[in-house]
Amino acid sequence: MKKISIDPVTRLEGHGKIDIFLDDQGRVTNCYFLVPELRGFEKFCEGRPVEELPRILTRICGVCPEAHHMASAKACDAVYHVEIPSTAKKLRELLYSIFFVADHTVHFYALGGPDFVVGPEAPVAERNVLGVIRKVGLEAGKKVIHTRSMAHEALTILGGKAIHPVTALPGGMAKGITEEERKKIEGYTKEMVEFGKFTLKVVEDVVLANKAYVDLILSDTYAHKTYSMGTVDQKNRVNFYDGKIRVVDTQGKEFVKFEAKDYLNVLAEHVEPWTYLKFPYLKQIGWKGFVDGQESGAYKATPLSRLNAADGMATPLAQAEYERFYKTLGGKPVHATLATHWARVIELLYAAERSLELAQDLEITSGNIRTIPTATPDEGVGCVEAPRGTLYHHYITDEKGIVQKVNLIVGTTNNHAAISMSIKKAAMGLIKKGTTITDGILNKIEMAFRAYDPCFACATHSLPGEMPLVVRILSPEGEVLDQVERF
Amino acid sequence: MSKPKLALYWAASCGGCEIAVLDIEEKILDVDANFEIVLWPCVTDFKYNDVRSMPDKAIDLCLFNGGIRTSENREIAELLRKKSKILVAFGSCAGEGCIPGLANLSTKKSLFDRVYKETPSTDNSNGMFPQTVTKISEGELEIPEFLEKLIPLDAVVPVDYYIPGCPPQPHQVWAVLEHIIQGKPLPPQGSVLGAGVKSCCDECPRTREEKKIRRFYRPHEILVDPRQCLLDQGIVCCGPATRSGCGALCVSAGVPCRGCYGAPPESPDQGAKMLSALSSVIDSTDPEEIEQIISTIADPVGTFYRFSLAGSMLGRRGK
Repeated sequence: MKKISIDPVTRLEGHGKIDIFLDDQGRVTNCYFLVPELRGFEKFCEGRPVEELPRILTRICGVCPEAHHMASAKACDAVYHVEIPSTAKKLRELLYSIFFVADHTVHFYALGGPDFVVGPEAPVAERNVLGVIRKVGLEAGKKVIHTRSMAHEALTILGGKAIHPVTALPGGMAKGITEEERKKIEGYTKEMVEFGKFTLKVVEDVVLANKAYVDLILSDTYAHKTYSMGTVDQKNRVNFYDGKIRVVDTQGKEFVKFEAKDYLNVLAEHVEPWTYLKFPYLKQIGWKGFVDGQESGAYKATPLSRLNAADGMATPLAQAEYERFYKTLGGKPVHATLATHWARVIELLYAAERSLELAQDLEITSGNIRTIPTATPDEGVGCVEAPRGTLYHHYITDEKGIVQKVNLIVGTTNNHAAISMSIKKAAMGLIKKGTTITDGILNKIEMAFRAYDPCFACATHSLPGEMPLVVRILSPEGEVLDQVERF
Repeated sequence: MSKPKLALYWAASCGGCEIAVLDIEEKILDVDANFEIVLWPCVTDFKYNDVRSMPDKAIDLCLFNGGIRTSENREIAELLRKKSKILVAFGSCAGEGCIPGLANLSTKKSLFDRVYKETPSTDNSNGMFPQTVTKISEGELEIPEFLEKLIPLDAVVPVDYYIPGCPPQPHQVWAVLEHIIQGKPLPPQGSVLGAGVKSCCDECPRTREEKKIRRFYRPHEILVDPRQCLLDQGIVCCGPATRSGCGALCVSAGVPCRGCYGAPPESPDQGAKMLSALSSVIDSTDPEEIEQIISTIADPVGTFYRFSLAGSMLGRRGK
């Protein structure tokens, strides 16, 4: 038997390794997705004052610290049983929506986009953000850099620091914004809405106009029927900052809708000895291994799942795109993993529109941004939609607010089982008897999980950046016959 | 003339250091123009083997971020030390362990127990832990060993310079790179680059009157005056025990400094420096009362050594 290891996985945040086992005929027998990192935040947060966790747990991930900052602040509010002022909530959501614009932009143009915009078979040296810019034009490249730069500045105003924000604390926000700052942010968010529209046009012109890409997106190699998870508002529309968590089944029917505090009724996590990352699943259905379908507890929590789990978008332009998305792809739910890229761009537009709404809200500059907690702290769960999936922070404290226990289920982790299955399916579809393993084939296998935008910094509460990948082919005796390695 | 070779690597970090380098924005083009980037996982496609096959000292400058948490992190640190002329501990994790270094307050066993057994969502009735080698029907699967402690880079290999911060602020990153691009002489080995030589208080826009205080407050407990020193208001702020360089970002945003730029020059132990700073603001001379006032500080070790525990005498114990 042969083993192919892909290590490290490129254009992903964090480290990871894929081992693909082949039989003597060169057919895929099994695939394993190994996450080689752990940091153990659950343990070392014990003993810390709970109000410090929004500043400690940001260090899980420097790519999406805003998600951890928000989930943590919400968990702290819950621990102290405190309602935060309306302006504080709007400031948090404004910060968070602008972060989503920046994060989804980076994923589409630098991480996931190159596969489509430049092409899955393009030479490695072209399949990067510079290749995307060459294809869509330097003006577009400048727009990407400009959007990032505006987000950077707005996030510094709102969060205190662009990387590892500090302003959310139990009861609200430590800092408000002035009218001058509001005007500046309003200007930025107007440009972000235009950028969102522009990016959807790129999807349309470069991806949807190319039949080969559409066929690839819709091919069975990249499809998985699983349950879909996402946070929704009172009208069941996508929301990133707050709401109930809704799970729909493989047919799109509501399976459960729950409040963050009840997550333990819905979710459990399975442990395997060969990876540091756990595998969450729907408790009521149970862990059935790495299989999809209605009878498997494996689920997805991705931009695509959020669209599947909701009835629509809360802003007009994004809603129109939502309708077009399902019309084009043949109705709800969509199970084509690669459509996640398109879903992400629709979310980008929603985040931009929502940012603009909030930046124009008259209440946003109010000085009423803090409620001093008075209740005895005990236990709380805080939940947001991180760009890569639903994020759960759960804290238990003593009566002084000193942390006793912490539990975390982070964005990418939700998708660990689904990612493993997607890789296996792609590998089985692409590697047959006698197949020569080319760089293009390995890239197509990577595409299967790149759609999830996995961030193993978050998932292992460990590393990001780019995910290293090694593909090794091993003989039945364990001898390495071939190895492709990148990082 | 060939351009100097630059490598960037991340070990057990959050990725914020990588983003901080990207956040120098258009100056990244100057970096590209002046260096040959031979290794940068988030941007380039080079392989471990490319680095292994380089002659020793082939890399002119290596910026290494992240602490050493696994056997793999340690191996790469050793490899990059061998291949690099100048090795820089980039960011708080590589320099002194940063927040992940707080793990050194617990044992590896208790950490595994918590993560893989005791957390309420975990279903692990077999008591299974991740193992470095797992036998499966198809063969073997390997993952790196999780070390007993998180260790800073200089506890594994000699380090030439330190760039502090969590993350280092982009303007400071650029200042260091520009210095090197211009070929200016470097300070003595072991120096801290990309930071100031005073304390965070030196950059703080708040007014300090060195008021004496009778109790400490936690940040969520009071509304603070936006112009007045936080320590004067009874909020534990690590500014006096923290090196300048960030531009006093956190205190400007209304929250206390937590020390991510490390100890100021001439103060090797950040926690000890913080204790002495606090004892000078307490309004009492009665030892018992001083102790009572100090006891209102919720988590001295986790606050004063928030970023420096793994690199401190305290955190290195039992390594």
